[in-house]
Amino acid sequence: MGKRIAKEVSIAIADAVKLAKAEVIAAYPITPQTHIVEHLSELVANGELDAEYITVESEHSAMSAAIGAVATGARTFTSTAAQGLALMHEMLFIASAMRLPVVMVVANRALSAPISIWNDHSDIMANRDIGWIQVWAENGQEAVDLTIQAFRIAEDKNVMFPIIVNIDGFVLSHVIEPIILPDQEEVDAFLPAFKPKYKLDPRKPITMGPVGVPEIYFEAKKAQDEAFRNTPKVIKRVWKDWAKRFGREYNAVETYRMEDAEVALLIMGSLAETAMTAVDKMRDEGKKVGLVRIRLWRPFPVQEFRRAVSKVPVLAVIDRAMPPGAVNGPVATEVKAALYNAGRKPRVVNFIAGLGGRDVTVEDFEEMAERAAFYRKKRPKELYETIGVRES
Amino acid sequence: MIPEFNKFKGFSLKNLPEVEPIAPGHRGCQGCGEILALRMAMKALGTDVIVANATGCMEIITSPFPHTSWRVPWIHTAFENTAAVASGIEAALKVLKRKGRFPKSRHVDVVAVAGDGGTADIGLQALSGALERGHDFVYICLDNEAYMNTGVQRSSCTPFGAMTTTSPPGERSFGQMTWKKNVPQIAVAHGIPYVATASPAFFLDLMNKVKKAALVKGPAYVHIYSPCPTGWGSRGEDSIKIARLAVDTKVFPLYEVIEGKYYITRKITKPKPVEEYLKTQRRFRHLTPEVVAEIQRRVDAEYERLLKLAEL
Repeated sequence: MGKRIAKEVSIAIADAVKLAKAEVIAAYPITPQTHIVEHLSELVANGELDAEYITVESEHSAMSAAIGAVATGARTFTSTAAQGLALMHEMLFIASAMRLPVVMVVANRALSAPISIWNDHSDIMANRDIGWIQVWAENGQEAVDLTIQAFRIAEDKNVMFPIIVNIDGFVLSHVIEPIILPDQEEVDAFLPAFKPKYKLDPRKPITMGPVGVPEIYFEAKKAQDEAFRNTPKVIKRVWKDWAKRFGREYNAVETYRMEDAEVALLIMGSLAETAMTAVDKMRDEGKKVGLVRIRLWRPFPVQEFRRAVSKVPVLAVIDRAMPPGAVNGPVATEVKAALYNAGRKPRVVNFIAGLGGRDVTVEDFEEMAERAAFYRKKRPKELYETIGVRES
Repeated sequence: MIPEFNKFKGFSLKNLPEVEPIAPGHRGCQGCGEILALRMAMKALGTDVIVANATGCMEIITSPFPHTSWRVPWIHTAFENTAAVASGIEAALKVLKRKGRFPKSRHVDVVAVAGDGGTADIGLQALSGALERGHDFVYICLDNEAYMNTGVQRSSCTPFGAMTTTSPPGERSFGQMTWKKNVPQIAVAHGIPYVATASPAFFLDLMNKVKKAALVKGPAYVHIYSPCPTGWGSRGEDSIKIARLAVDTKVFPLYEVIEGKYYITRKITKPKPVEEYLKTQRRFRHLTPEVVAEIQRRVDAEYERLLKLAEL
């Protein structure tokens, strides 16, 4: 077992990629992902990681090169944020549909305009339906664990889908935290070498990415969705194995103090730790508040989620992306869709908070819980409410 | 000179490879010069290759699922990124060989194939990136001088004066009003070891150049003139004749640039008039004698420039 040491989360993620023995890294620098790829290029330059590092000329080419590399049978990693993820957009669908298990860490950042290098979730929310498995890390340890797990999940023969590990830009990527990095032997025992059944190899030629004529396109997409919806079986098995080996548990939906909660906050990402503090504080004051955290965002864990919120009367869903003209923020929209046909379900109140690096404090979470409690007996009039915005 | 070239004696009619990495039965138009050029290129390369193909005619006609014309490993992902995909393949082979996860002794040529749109327009950035990084791969641009797969729209490789569906002649236009982008020269500017132009009318020359492109270590770029009867309004049976005329009129000169040094591989001492070439295709039918004369002047000047480069 590795020692617990203080490390910047980005550096620890790069170390995790090294422990996973990634073979090709194709990356283009973008704030706040830079520390991850800088450290990786250092590890390659020093010979600590035997990999090819492709300094591509754009994120579109980063994903394209990653696709070429993984199709040839090499374990492949990349990382990006915001505009970079947007530029990759086209290729993200293709990596999934061609069943190419690229592993990517996204240091979540606001999308332009106005240009902002700071944290929110608008980048990944524009990429919800790309067919990538998507998980969220709340702290540095989770970021490291999820990155190592990502290779095993993505490359499993019953998965063969790409995967994104979301980490909040700056507020998670750039903080120094106590983190345990597993030993190389432990990771080697957990993560076998990547040996895909089909790859680009002159010894056994195959055609990858043919034309999908109308007679076959729909069937191909249905098959992709079925395979994708089956991936949680493997994901859960990998998490179980991880818990056995490393003692840290992971679940598709995590709950905190939900036992008799009358109001629940729902959030994804590192703000959940702030929300936890707010929950503790309110519980001390006798207020029955709980917290639901979605770790597995795609495929969306409908059953686990329904179970987690079946008893709570009001659910405050916190979105960190502004959806112009939509009914709700993307998370609230998803959550409502998951609940609409459920038996017992809470009233859903949607808050939009923390855009473009705006801080979301313990007090903000308290306010959201209080406001949500108010809607227990009264329907909210607005589609969503914002938190922390100055009114002019 | 590049040492690998010494081992290569060149293809001749007596030693043409029998291998056909592209199977017959594809869905190309009659008289397609592009698939013909690609077939020759692939014969020269053989079967120890991995091909990355951009979106375009060649991709469409060779891979309608569940059929494939490819007897070698082949991948298509998108339009603008073929050079980037090839970069990833090349990097993967390198590390897999180093780690003993792919036979070290087995040489595999990584080949990127794209049309003029996928090369000169939407794919130029990815191409430049891959050439600059120095990946060991061959980039083949099959230039049929417009976006043929989508219905003959102009590209930056469409020649001056040509009519396409987005460069139509009219009251205020005589067709394409810009000169063809010179992608081979852009490739040369990257300082890569090998650049060549080729034509299916001179198929041995084409195959030799593609083979040399594969033999050099590092990036190589081959720009192949590819007649398109459907898009050019020419007769299918005339494709090779037109390709030959393009060379003999100096419209499409054949040359190599080996480590920065220019070699004209087919010197044109008695050039035919450009008009003779233009007459073979409906896309030039609307041109006035003035425009034809302007094209002739430009072709002469470009060729003079090329001769001077070869003297350096």
